[in-house]
This record gives sequence, structure tokens and C-alpha cells, in this order.
Amino acid sequence: MSVSINGLPEQAGKLKANTPVPGEENTAEMYQVLTPEGELRESIEGKIDEALMLRMYKNMLRVRMFDRKSIILQRQGRMGTYAPFEGQEASQVGSAMALSPHDWLFPTYRDHAAAITHGQMMFRVFLYWMGHMEGSISPEGKKIMPPCVPIATQTVHAVGTAWASKLKGEQSVSIAYLGDGATSEGDFHESLNFAGVYKVPVIFFCQNNGYAISVPFEKQSASKTIAQRADAYDMKGVRIDGNDIFAVWLTVKKAVERGIKGEGPTLIEAITFRYGAHTTADDPKKYRAQELLSREWREKRDPLKRLQLFLQKKGLWNEIMEEQWLKEINIQIDEELAKAESYPKSKPGDMFTHVYAEMPWHIREQQKELQNILDKEGKK
Amino acid sequence: MAVISYIDAVTQALREEMQRDKRVFVLGEDVGVRGGVFRATNGLYEEFGEERVIDTPLAESAIAGVAIGAAAYGMRPVAEMQFADFIMPAVNQIVSEAAKMRYRSNNDWHCPLVIRAPYGGGVHGALYHSQSVEAMFNSVPGLKIVAPSTPYDVKGLLKAAIRDDDPVLFFEHKRCYRLIKGEVPDTDYTVPIGKADVKREGEDLTVISYGLTLHFALQAAEKLAEEGISAHILDLRTLYPLDKESIVEAARKTGKVLIIHEDNKEGGIGGEVAAIIAEECLFDLDAPIKRLAGPDIPAMPYSPPLEKFFMLNPEKVMVAMRDLAEF
Repeated sequence: MSVSINGLPEQAGKLKANTPVPGEENTAEMYQVLTPEGELRESIEGKIDEALMLRMYKNMLRVRMFDRKSIILQRQGRMGTYAPFEGQEASQVGSAMALSPHDWLFPTYRDHAAAITHGQMMFRVFLYWMGHMEGSISPEGKKIMPPCVPIATQTVHAVGTAWASKLKGEQSVSIAYLGDGATSEGDFHESLNFAGVYKVPVIFFCQNNGYAISVPFEKQSASKTIAQRADAYDMKGVRIDGNDIFAVWLTVKKAVERGIKGEGPTLIEAITFRYGAHTTADDPKKYRAQELLSREWREKRDPLKRLQLFLQKKGLWNEIMEEQWLKEINIQIDEELAKAESYPKSKPGDMFTHVYAEMPWHIREQQKELQNILDKEGKK
Repeated sequence: MAVISYIDAVTQALREEMQRDKRVFVLGEDVGVRGGVFRATNGLYEEFGEERVIDTPLAESAIAGVAIGAAAYGMRPVAEMQFADFIMPAVNQIVSEAAKMRYRSNNDWHCPLVIRAPYGGGVHGALYHSQSVEAMFNSVPGLKIVAPSTPYDVKGLLKAAIRDDDPVLFFEHKRCYRLIKGEVPDTDYTVPIGKADVKREGEDLTVISYGLTLHFALQAAEKLAEEGISAHILDLRTLYPLDKESIVEAARKTGKVLIIHEDNKEGGIGGEVAAIIAEECLFDLDAPIKRLAGPDIPAMPYSPPLEKFFMLNPEKVMVAMRDLAEF
């Protein structure tokens, strides 16, 4: 794309497909079921019933509200730096909804919508971004790993859990979330190669939102698509409209079935866009035509809007319902936030726990030293 | 009690642990059909099959990372890095992931993983088959680093490492593999991680070492005994966390300390040992703490004479020991 230094678009009409202007990219290249206008491109009869599509919508609405609330909290100083995902709800919610409750989930720092959908409690996610050590404990019986931060390292772990589940003879899959930037990392390639050789039940779910912080996809990769990388590893690769929750859900569902049947891994490239900044510490105006792109995607490609249009036509959505749902969601979010904000504050000495199963002498000594300092200060 | 080699102690520990616990499996390059390039996994493929003795693609980060995932799922993987030199691509996985799994999940997940790696020189391995890499990891909280020097300790410590609930880097000195033999019970036993061991009692000076150089010190001590110099020799065995109590006790015993390792001198384990002694018992010393270590050049040249100059040997060790004893 061509952007002047001050961030205003010079040739907005010539933006490339991978930082797509809505309608310009080649939709034939990606699997789409529900168009941005809320029309079906293929029948979903017997696959997605009304109850399911309503849950999809409400789940997306819930995480969107969560995301917006989080940004406000960060701005108010009630939370630390936060990575927003608005715009990517269909990818995250749709993929997580296609899993079984016992499947392994490896989110990144931007995938709390997937984690929440898979069963992570919102108050835990708040805790995480507030800096509590207890912020990524998985709910009882769930296999949700803490968010991966170093980029692509989790993709090999997912191969490991998938492999272990195969050795244990279990009917479960592991899903690793990653972004387009992660596909340049060695670990991504090593994990694909390994998974391909051993045909383990793993899903690599890549949300290609066009940017690795500021670097656009065309500078990230000479491959036109991420999905085509699957060919090199002789595994199934699918490129989908990541803002179409039907396409996401159906694709991931198939990948789960393939994994369980022993047909091996799947690489999914979901084309999407983050409306906002990389994190609350980032300013996207510095590297892209933020206002234009954000507006275009919101108006023409929004994941919630298209499902809303579809539901409306089926008589499953109206403004009163939406208001009611929002009311319920906001009450829930406020409750979860209250729980997080009333959570006991971390004590300095806690930082020494859980480095090892048993605390070795040097850490014990340091913990004691800190305690002595704190005790003295307390006496003053 | 059977006398076996250092490498056979590795194999025996692996075999017994795999027989004892179905969750234990090994993975790495050439560990299966080939039985490992050093034959450390010899016979395991035949006994346990390809599902538990896994020939992986040649990708160290994936070997470590896949093992981390499997460990998180309750397995007990023993990953082999073919040479410690090749651990570098896996450092991100070891440092950023394995070491922090328990901490960042607030004890929700942990990583009972062992990474075995043959290190050290003296085998004409040149720059990329000779390095000592232990010091790169000895400031990484969450890891444990073990470097045994005798077959008895190899078996006991490897078993302890496999049963440990945290990630353990298990460094095997490759020159010791067939050179060092010792009595090893064929029964089940473990040697505790985190405990150093006095390998020789003495009065005049203390030598603190691990791995191959520990044997050089033992040999030198024999000769020095004939001169009337009595050396006290402590084998660190675990390099992280260090056994402070034993180090201080050994230093106090003679008041003269020589720390020896093959790894480069600057930034090596020896510096940390010296710092512990300085902090805890400086005024019990009768001489400056001395270090004898590999020079601060890349380990190590292929040229035989240069390799010989790089490597320590019993003679060099003896000179250093005598000098300190006579201080």
C-alpha cells in the first residue's frame, strides 16, 4: 500500500489485496459462506441451525463489548497495556465454537475472544491484563494455555499436545492461534513440518489481519497466501473469509474431524482485520491509512453486521432483541469486572512462588530478604 | 556391582525409566533406528517401538517445543540434542517457554521435561561438536542444570531428572562417554538434583569442578598425594541451582579453593561459585580463589595441537593445584 508519512492515503484505490479494500480482493480465493450483505453463498441446511447461529451472534457481541470495555479500562488506568481484537470476532469465536470442550487451545495475546468462547472466564482475562499472576489459570477441566507472547512458539507446543493425545488414544485436537507475522518464524515451519510427518491432530489457525504491528503482509511474505504453505508440507490448507463466522465454523469443524480421523493437521488462513491498534501502546496512523481502512472494514466487512443482517431476514434479530442482549452482556461484563477489581492484590513475596515445584534455597533466601525489607518498612 | 561406562549408565537409566513409567519417551535426531550417534539410546527402539523412541525431523526448536507440549499434557519426554552445540535453535523454547511454563501459568501447568545434550571437547570435534554451553543457561530461573561426572551419578541423576516436575538440562560430557567407567548398581536408585558430592577428602586445598575436569583433578590429586599434598575434591553435579551449603563447607575445609571447568573462563559457572564463596566465607580463606578453565576463545580449534592447548588435562590441573597448595 502507499501511504504518505502523515498517514493520509495517497492512492487509497490501489491498496493491495492483503491489506484489502473491501470488494477489491479476490473472494474466489477464499472460502466464504455468508456475504457481507448477509446472503448465503451455499446452503447451511443441516449444518448450522438457528440456535447455533444465535449463539454465534451473541458470543461475538459479548466479546466485542468485552474488548471495548477493556480499552476504556486501560485508558482509565484500571488495566495495563491491552491488545484489542475488534474486527476479528468471527475468526476467534467461530473457531473456538467448533471445538469440543476438551480440546487444547493455544491462544496468543490477541486471542482472548477465542479463550473466552472456549470457556475462559472473563474475570480471568481482566486479571491477566491487570497483571495478576492468576490471570491465565485455565478453568477446571479446560485445556487453555496462557497467551503466547514470544510469537509462534506455541505452534510446536500444540503439535506436542496433539501428539500426546494421539499416543493416549484420545479423540481430541489441539488448535494453535497465530497471526500473519508468526508465519515468518522458524517455529511455524518446524511445527508444520513435524505435524505433517507425524500426522498429528492439530489445527494451525492463522488470523491474517494484514499487519504484524506495522509491517504489511506483502513485506512479510512473498507467498501470495499463507494457506498455500500447507502444500509444501503436504497438509490440508484452507483460505477463508475470517469475518464470516459460518465459513470459519464449518472449516474448523472439518479440520477437527480430519484430526480425529487421523487424517492429520490443517492450516487455516482466516482473512480479517483488526480495526484498532496492535496494542493500546500502538498508533496505527503511523503506518497505515487507519481511518479509511478501519471505516471500510467496519462498514463493508464487519463480522457481526453480516450475521445480524442474515438473522434479521430470518426474523431472529431486531433492535429490541439487540438491546436486550447488550443489556445482559453488559451486566455480565460488569459482574466479571467487579470480581476482577475486588480480587486480592498481589503481595510482593508472591513473585517468588511457582518458579519451581519446590522453592530452591537461593529463591527462598531472596524471598526472605524482601520480607525483611518489607517488615522494616512496616515498622517505620 | 557391575562396572559400566558413562554412556551405558545413560542408556540404563533411560531403559529402566521407560520400563517403569509409560509416560516416558525419548525423541531427537537419530535416536531411534540408529540408537543415537553416540549410541546413548541403543536398543531402546527395539524394546519400546517407534511410538516411544522417536526419530524427529532435524529441527531442535521443534524437538524442544513438541516435548514441552507433551510434557504439559502429562507425558515425561526426554529430548536429545545431538550435540550441545546444536541446542542454540531451541534456546527460545527452553528459556522462554519450558523455564516459564509453571511461573506464567501460576502453577496451572508445568513442564516435566529432560533435555539431554552431549557437551565438551577432546574428541576432535572442532568448533561445532565441542562446546560447553551450560553457562548460557545458569541464570535462567525455572531450569535445572545437571552435569554428572561418574556413571553412578549419571544413572541416579538422569532418573531424578526424569522424575522431576520441572525442566532439567542434562549435560553429558562426551569425552567421558567411553573413557569413564564405574560401579553402577543395576537396581533402581536416584541421586538428588541440587546436591554436590565430595569425591575425595583432603586437607590442603579444595578443588571444585564437574564433568571431565573433575576426573583430571582426581588423577592429579593421586599424584600430589605422593608429594604430601592432600586435595579435597567437590563434584558440583548440579550447576543450577548450585549447592551453596556444600560449596561453602568445602571451601572452609581447606581455606584454598581452585575452581576448574572446561567451559570458557569468563562468565563460566566458576565465577558464580567464587561469588558464593566470597559472599559466605571470604574470611575463612587463606588464599585468593583461583579458577582454571578453558581460554576465552571459541571452543575449540580442529587443529590437534590447538585442541590440546585448549583442553585441560591432569598435568595442567596438577600444576594449578600445587601452586595453590603452596601459596
